[in-house]
Amino acid sequence: MVSPILELTDINKSFGHVQANKNINLKINKGTIHGIIGENGAGKSTLMSIVFGLYQANSGSIKINGKEINLRSPRDSIINGIGMVHQHFMLVENFTVLENIILGFEGETVFGEKLQKAKEDLEKLCQTYNFNIDLDATISDLSVGFRQRVEILKSLYRGAEILILDEPTGVLTPQEVDELFKILRSLKDEGKTIVLITHKLIEIMDLTSEVSVMRQGEMVGHTKTEDTSKEQLAEMMVGRSVLLRVDKKEIKKGETIFKVNNLSVKDDLDVTRVKDVNLEICSGEILGIAGVTGNGQTELLEALSGIRKVESGSIELFGEKISDQNNFLNPRMLKEKGLAHVPEDRQRMGLISDFKAHENLIFGYHDQEPYSKSAILNNKEITEYSNKVMQEYDVRPNSPNLITSNFSGGNQQKIILSRELNENPKILLVGQPTRGVDIGAIEFIHQRLIDMRDKGAAILLASVELDEILSLSDRIIVMFDGKIVGEKENKNVTDRELGLLMAGVA
Amino acid sequence: MSNIVVDKSKVPWWVSNVIVPLVNLTLALLVSGLFVFIAGENPIEAVKLIIYGSFGYIQGFAYTLYYTTNFIFTGLAFAVAFHCRLFNIGGEGQAYIGGLGVFLVAINLSFLPVPIVWLLAIFGAFLFGAAWAYIPAYLQSKRGSHVVITTIMFNFIASSLMIFLLVDVIRDTNQMAPHTVKLPEEIWLPSFEAFSGILGIKIRYSPLNLTFLLAIASLFFVWFLVWKTKWGYEMRAVGHNTQAAIYAGISPHKNIIIAMCISGGLAGLLGVNEILGVSHKIQAGFPAGYGFTGIAVALMGRNHPIGILPAAFLFGILYQGGSEVTFEMPNITRYMFVAVQGLIILFSGALENLFRPQIESFFVRRLNREVNV
Repeated sequence: MVSPILELTDINKSFGHVQANKNINLKINKGTIHGIIGENGAGKSTLMSIVFGLYQANSGSIKINGKEINLRSPRDSIINGIGMVHQHFMLVENFTVLENIILGFEGETVFGEKLQKAKEDLEKLCQTYNFNIDLDATISDLSVGFRQRVEILKSLYRGAEILILDEPTGVLTPQEVDELFKILRSLKDEGKTIVLITHKLIEIMDLTSEVSVMRQGEMVGHTKTEDTSKEQLAEMMVGRSVLLRVDKKEIKKGETIFKVNNLSVKDDLDVTRVKDVNLEICSGEILGIAGVTGNGQTELLEALSGIRKVESGSIELFGEKISDQNNFLNPRMLKEKGLAHVPEDRQRMGLISDFKAHENLIFGYHDQEPYSKSAILNNKEITEYSNKVMQEYDVRPNSPNLITSNFSGGNQQKIILSRELNENPKILLVGQPTRGVDIGAIEFIHQRLIDMRDKGAAILLASVELDEILSLSDRIIVMFDGKIVGEKENKNVTDRELGLLMAGVA
Repeated sequence: MSNIVVDKSKVPWWVSNVIVPLVNLTLALLVSGLFVFIAGENPIEAVKLIIYGSFGYIQGFAYTLYYTTNFIFTGLAFAVAFHCRLFNIGGEGQAYIGGLGVFLVAINLSFLPVPIVWLLAIFGAFLFGAAWAYIPAYLQSKRGSHVVITTIMFNFIASSLMIFLLVDVIRDTNQMAPHTVKLPEEIWLPSFEAFSGILGIKIRYSPLNLTFLLAIASLFFVWFLVWKTKWGYEMRAVGHNTQAAIYAGISPHKNIIIAMCISGGLAGLLGVNEILGVSHKIQAGFPAGYGFTGIAVALMGRNHPIGILPAAFLFGILYQGGSEVTFEMPNITRYMFVAVQGLIILFSGALENLFRPQIESFFVRRLNREVNV
């Protein structure tokens, strides 16, 4: 029997008190696509960072082709033929593709022959794997899908035999995902080994031949992909069976609550990001906005919630014009009118990570009774309320005095949701409600949103997760390049159709 | 590069807030001792002199508390602005202008009942200091001019302005020196020796006066403001994350101005101590660097009133004990004590996190062992 190309034995790693990896054993065979799946915080990325030499394990051994090796830095890993494509690309934006790839491996002080040689090698690589990249293009001109290819090319050029991809599809359109998968398959056919880290079951089923499941820092199972099913994997990930579809009642659509007329919005760099958008939301419905990140959803939500100035057009709430280019209501006034907003980026906007949990639970409502009275904060009321909602939303740990950055991403999101839903808003703007949140919490968050809808709230949901849009929305609009390029009732819509719209093709 | 990762939630508060500052302080003092040794004096003797000078006799102790008073004001001033992530380097200038406020109120309203004059003079000090901080605050919030730069420049402007006033406008015309006339004696703040007279102890002159109690009250005021009111909450929110503050409907513009004005006002209160309490007139350059040292006090006190009190006291000891040392040890000049202050700032400010990870992880491990056993 041939020894596996990568073998991990009894890997342990802890950060302070948190044991991120417990006695991990893993064998990866040459020429396979091996999936590693688990919820956020299950320890997948930590494990792969150990393999890539970014972290050092507290104990355990790593063997490549049966030979034990010691990885002290990414450089050691690269020498041993391990390459990694991170979730966030490590590219210099204003360098060309070629410059990025040779960065750190230039080989000479003044560029000349070797650069030419590198270029020729890379062109060969591109041809072999059908990369279709212009090596002289500047990174900032490339789409996300192409940037990812540059990262893959970089690893291959550095001699990677094992390629680790950390959540590679999070930022891609369905079409780009297809392209990526094609490349990965051709890499496999050429004998490369691929490790795919993901929390998306569908990718595992599509692409991998073997899969390992992690839960809470432990490896809970290895199996051949053909011997398992999505449901089975999901159960292993979460440790119980999971409802993958959301049950919701028939829609009871009420009056129009929110109306947006010919809205245009600019971003901080004065680029128009929302172009002439019209939409209506009624009470009791969830309107989903599908689209690839960066197509104007962020700016749209910010304009609707009063954070960003309206360039032209107007916004009406309950038939009353609240914002146009001359006047706009600030977030506080909108709150008083019954608008709540769960922002896309919880770290940047939704909460203050250095504040204690109870301080974040009143954030934006801190000047209302009973939390404060004539400018003095009422600690007793705040603590009581915090205890109550943290229990209700199952925020773990249930300690209002803990600094918020010590909570996991999912629990931080619950803190924001509990705050914004607690006032029973009439209109709710939600951006990426489950980004970085594990499956158990996703289920809970989705249920809450459905409950709000059934109580008659109007909900605008922006998400890059098509599954989320499809399972929650009553109506779906697709944004591309700042414009609404399609609107569909959520009946018999397929993710293919939406994907084409999102890519601006249809 | 340190690879120690400490789970912050497990670090007891007293390790981060007491042990770490103490270790930093000890290091600063050890290095200072080395300097004293190189200068040819005995460091142990120097320490003895500092302790004797600042605690050894009642007058010396009164001086220590007098310096402490000034450091509390300027330390709090820096801390309040810092909670809104503003580096108010302008305490010196705000204190200077605050002094003008005290004097103008006191000299013009001295006919009013004495306690009323005091209250109005305190108010004047606060208002003038706040007004001087308002301009950089406005420039920061509306025009984006960095407050570090503008407040430094405003120190120079304040200094020039005061020299101009002291020479050409409010100078005591019977004197050549650039200072004002003295305030009428009835409205001077009661000094420590006046109190000690009541208690039946006789001590010699010291500059300690009733302002010390105002400083203690200011500690409470700042604690209450920053942690117990919605204003403090909003200031901290803006300081930690401006984007999030805007999302929550909190105006960064308004809070930058409020934080800076309160900060400038607190610095201005130094004028109450110096003018209503001690010299009873404005002398050129009376803030004498307290505004700058206040930055170190705040950093050492971790911008919390509970930390600022001991930090201000420590600097009081260094000021008072230091002058005793320079008097007794000819090789040690007063610049040496500027260097000692510098070392304390270096170790507790710039190198604050030098040993933090090691110390914190040490205690986390220790405490866990106890729990496990």
